[in-house]
Amino acid sequence: MPNTAISVSDLSKKYDDRLAVSHINFEVPLGIVCGFVGPNGSGKTTTMRMLLGLITPTTGQGHILGEPIEHPEKYLSRVGAMIEGPAFYPALSGYENLMVLAKLGGFPIERVQQLLDKVGLGDRGKSKFKTYSLGMKQRLGIAAALLPNPKLLMLDEPTNGLDPEGIQEVRALLRDLANEGTTVFVSSHLLSELEIISDYIVMLRKGEIVFAGPIGELMAQQQPTIIAKSLQQSDLQKIVEIAEAAGHHAVIRNDSVHVLAEMDWAPVLNKAAFDAGITLAQLAPQLPNLEETFFEMTGDK
Amino acid sequence: MLNVVKAELRKLRRPTLFFGTMGAAIFFTGLITSFIYLMIDSPQGNGDRGRSISREVLTLASGSVNGFASVGGFLGIIALCVFAAQTAQEYTYGTLRNLLIRQPGRMKILIGKLISMVLFGLVMISIAAVISIAISYILAPGAKVSTDLWFTSAGFEAIFTTFVNVTISVVAFGIVGMVLGLLLRSPISAISFGVLWILIIEVLLMAVKNSLQSWLPGAQLSAIASGGSPDLTYTHALTVGGIYVAVGAIVASVLFVRRDVAN
Repeated sequence: MPNTAISVSDLSKKYDDRLAVSHINFEVPLGIVCGFVGPNGSGKTTTMRMLLGLITPTTGQGHILGEPIEHPEKYLSRVGAMIEGPAFYPALSGYENLMVLAKLGGFPIERVQQLLDKVGLGDRGKSKFKTYSLGMKQRLGIAAALLPNPKLLMLDEPTNGLDPEGIQEVRALLRDLANEGTTVFVSSHLLSELEIISDYIVMLRKGEIVFAGPIGELMAQQQPTIIAKSLQQSDLQKIVEIAEAAGHHAVIRNDSVHVLAEMDWAPVLNKAAFDAGITLAQLAPQLPNLEETFFEMTGDK
Repeated sequence: MLNVVKAELRKLRRPTLFFGTMGAAIFFTGLITSFIYLMIDSPQGNGDRGRSISREVLTLASGSVNGFASVGGFLGIIALCVFAAQTAQEYTYGTLRNLLIRQPGRMKILIGKLISMVLFGLVMISIAAVISIAISYILAPGAKVSTDLWFTSAGFEAIFTTFVNVTISVVAFGIVGMVLGLLLRSPISAISFGVLWILIIEVLLMAVKNSLQSWLPGAQLSAIASGGSPDLTYTHALTVGGIYVAVGAIVASVLFVRRDVAN
């Protein structure tokens, strides 16, 4: 019995002379929620496709639930996936679309209605897929991914098009699945959502791994920030100068100054600002969240 | 494999596709079969490309299936369109990735799809056979054609032989459609190319040089349906047509199995 759901070593994919994924290595333990993040074009979907046997890697190896990715027939019956949005037959109903996949995978047909109910489409199952809203399509995609009662669930942007209530429901669903032992490997642009539900993070940038490990470890590596606001906008630049004079990196962002410094430097900054004739309206030490960490590590902002 | 067939049949049975296809088959069958009897004395002919099918020919034991054999080529074009659309749409809808996640055996997907579409084609051929023979039987007295030999043992043998020939032709046309669908990955492109080639380009080529008839794929497959013609023997059509279909199927299968699914 393997103790990793996903294990990837030196995995690359080259299209013509461009490396979409470049020699990546990471592992995802069993039974956790793992966020898979990276800017557009960083290679997330290409990686997922390789793990699902849809495209052949140029180099490297990968194992899913202990089986090599060269033999997807050995593990895909235990994997549920939705890649690059929900794709279904527009002229068939949601129910019929799931029936096609249930028949194909040899899954019990009773699961179809159960899953439609589970994702909140119980009363719209007979409607044609082409009449569904984006959020409903997304829910149907999640239901399709759950058909095999998967040990590993791979979802690519599952909350796209969902309203806040839907996002919350998906978040709860993924957490429940993880609690029941399913490993969830999920990519999303909603980093605040991933921060709440993920135990693990794999971060990609330009096809390369920037970080892979427990989310707590990632946050612990980040320097805390002190956010300072002054009564006068014109004083913001002076605060930056005070911080930089003390050897701290500082930038103006959203009408406030963000200073990379430990929390205990906040009183020092407060006094220095007072001495310089600046009245601070706010002074708050803050640990960076996943979004700020992401931008810092991927260099997107 | 059986799971693939069951899954594909669920897609093929949707009313717009099923009744639309059967409606087109019934329409062409009715039109072409009626034409043979209603235009029997026309100097412009009552058969394909102005050929005349005489009372003497229609009175033979094989007379009941003359219309059915003539419509074989049209049924083939319908099959080409259905097989091409059903194959190529997996790429345009992006549903191929769902299929391959649930059944990673790519040859199983391909063969399962083919079997289900052949079953669909058999339903279409059976309906066309019944409609054509029924219309022939109804119109024969008005056209002064005797039906005495139609339902003898020789007549039933002719019905069976024609059914087999039309089935071979329709399945071959369907495989050509499937190959086009796999190569072009777009229903519109695959259907346009296939239909334009068979109905326009081949006809023009044969008008310029009649001997090309012996080598063009559409002509071979149509000739199989009608059991051969004076210009094209059944054996030749079966051999050349078989080679075209086999080569196309092998190339498309290898591509399908090896190609990355990136859409």
